[in-house]
Amino acid sequence: MSKQAQHWEKTRGLLFVTLAIWFVFSIGIFLFGAEMEASSIRPFGYPLSYYMTCQGSLGIFVILIFWFAGRQEKIDEEFGFSEREDD
Amino acid sequence: MFKGNFINNLPKIYGTYTGGFIVFIILMAIGEQAGMSAKVIGICFVAFTVLIYALIGYLSRTIQVDAYYLAGRQVPTVFNGMATAADWMSGASFVAMAGGIYFKGYGYMALLVGWTGGYVLVASLLAPYLRKFGCYTVPDFIGTRYGGNLARLSAVIVLTVASFTYVTAQINATGTIASVALDIPFNIAVYVGLASILMCSMLGGMRAVTWTQVAQYIVLIIAYLIPVFWISNKMGAGVFPHLMLADEVARIAELEAQFGLGSIKNSAADLKQVPKGLSGITKAHAEVNTTPWKFISLAVCMMAGTASLPHVMMRYFTTPSVKAARRSVGWSLFFIFLLYSSAPMLATLSKLSLMDPNLATGIIGKSISEVQAIDWYQNWNQANLMFVSDFNGNGTLELNEFFMGGKAVVLATPEIAGLPYVISGLVAAGGMAAAMSTADGLVLAISNALSHDIYYKMINPKAETAKRLLIARILLVLIGFAGATIAALEIQGILGSVIWAFDFAMSGLFFPLVLGVWWKRANAQGAVAGMLGGLAAGTAYLIAVRSGYPGFLDITQLTFGIVGSVVSLVLMIVVSLATKAPDAATQKMVDEVRVPSGKAILGRQH
Repeated sequence: MSKQAQHWEKTRGLLFVTLAIWFVFSIGIFLFGAEMEASSIRPFGYPLSYYMTCQGSLGIFVILIFWFAGRQEKIDEEFGFSEREDD
Repeated sequence: MFKGNFINNLPKIYGTYTGGFIVFIILMAIGEQAGMSAKVIGICFVAFTVLIYALIGYLSRTIQVDAYYLAGRQVPTVFNGMATAADWMSGASFVAMAGGIYFKGYGYMALLVGWTGGYVLVASLLAPYLRKFGCYTVPDFIGTRYGGNLARLSAVIVLTVASFTYVTAQINATGTIASVALDIPFNIAVYVGLASILMCSMLGGMRAVTWTQVAQYIVLIIAYLIPVFWISNKMGAGVFPHLMLADEVARIAELEAQFGLGSIKNSAADLKQVPKGLSGITKAHAEVNTTPWKFISLAVCMMAGTASLPHVMMRYFTTPSVKAARRSVGWSLFFIFLLYSSAPMLATLSKLSLMDPNLATGIIGKSISEVQAIDWYQNWNQANLMFVSDFNGNGTLELNEFFMGGKAVVLATPEIAGLPYVISGLVAAGGMAAAMSTADGLVLAISNALSHDIYYKMINPKAETAKRLLIARILLVLIGFAGATIAALEIQGILGSVIWAFDFAMSGLFFPLVLGVWWKRANAQGAVAGMLGGLAAGTAYLIAVRSGYPGFLDITQLTFGIVGSVVSLVLMIVVSLATKAPDAATQKMVDEVRVPSGKAILGRQH
């Protein structure tokens, strides 16, 4: 397999992991809004459903993007596809 | 100031600017103590900030194509993040979102999840690849990737429909704020708003818009956070409201029960007296008050719409590298997070200020005549944004007898909570910054698509630089005027039109963009079918629902993008597979887009 094909395979793998995490926190947990509300897990005292919509999921997205960017940079370096600084 | 190694001086320049703005706020506060009137303070805030933006716009003027379209591709990661955050957070986020949450509670908080979650899609599916491509505009990518003027034209059509819907809402927001702060009629104020928007973008294109947007972000975030922290501390609710308002949220639920929320309904005859556009609190504040599908469908539409809106995507064309584009998405979302995580807190504090009889600011349970005598009530009532009426004739104000416009929640809260007027002036300046920065990005996205993709690429490919830029500027002014004229008609509220814009963008552009990078087999015929078919299907569904069709699967006029994008996806796959695969050159181009290194597909000047 060519270097480029391997690079793309890894990139795609990272995409699926990223989208899976994204799916859980943007769609998955909100299928259980009522259950979250009744849950005894109450971050900072807020109902879990309320907390996730106003801070929880949002914060996870921020971290997820930086994590994704870091991983993708590693993949690019591994196969020598990083940009030169003066590109 | 903007000469020499301007880029290296950025932190210093914007640091000084922020300091200067804080000094200005303090001066205004001193002025208020010394007896400056509320009206003068409001005018000073709006006029001073708008003049600064215009000055930045003037200093960033340019006659170079790549500076006009791409800000010279040298915007550093963090600053591009700030500019994107301002570009992104519109009058809807700043002025209307907390209001939506105030009235509809959990159901509208899907917007928070949708408008942030979409950035994960932007970072992982699109932004780095489009940056590598090196395009000037989004239709530039579609036109080159799929080939042919028809694909380019289709992309321009979708872009124009979505962005134009969006921009009318932003000009409406600038008009609302200018009319309240400067005390002029709304239909004149929209043109004042327009003039300020054009001053920032006309001379310098993307370069001017970038540096004004950074300045606007600084103003809007200060203006949003100060009242939230101040009110929370004044009320004794907590030093750091985001983590400390659980008791207040619970208290609102208690008061809702006490005031009979949900059990006392207004009759249709009573509601007729309420001015158009105002609403009362009818939904519980924090309870899960909607079905999972309704919540998720709204969030999904906003996420896919985020990843398809050209004015956001084109901000990532301005970074120095692919790596910087990726990181810049993270910074954008971080800066957006600062405001979005505060919106529900502002809604909570605002609601409690009005509802709690134990607070000096509470008005529910007071006598109607007492409320009608309050200064801020009279002002906002005059602006047609607040209304009380004694429906049950008992002389006291009940929860179901108080009505407010969605856009008043953010703008009026500082006054309601008893903060000095200087904060209200600051909030007006912040709202103006939010609406202007987004309007700038949108007007530029439309006029760039028309000038670059239609005029230069399709009509007159031999046009000289000077002529191209002249056409771009003329179009900018024309589109601005068209937007202002429609905004003055007030067809749909701010939040409603913005949500529509996301649905339009998602219907026509989401899959053609994503599959352009991720599916090599996608071809021009498929993309054209996907763009036009998706847009047509979404629009048809919207019109049908607006004219009384009950719809299916609980898809409403706020989520019609689901219909559009599914049609778009199916058409794109079916038509692509039924026609010839893209040629070898196109396939090779897609391969090159997928790796960060190497030359951009389209050169700096094209």
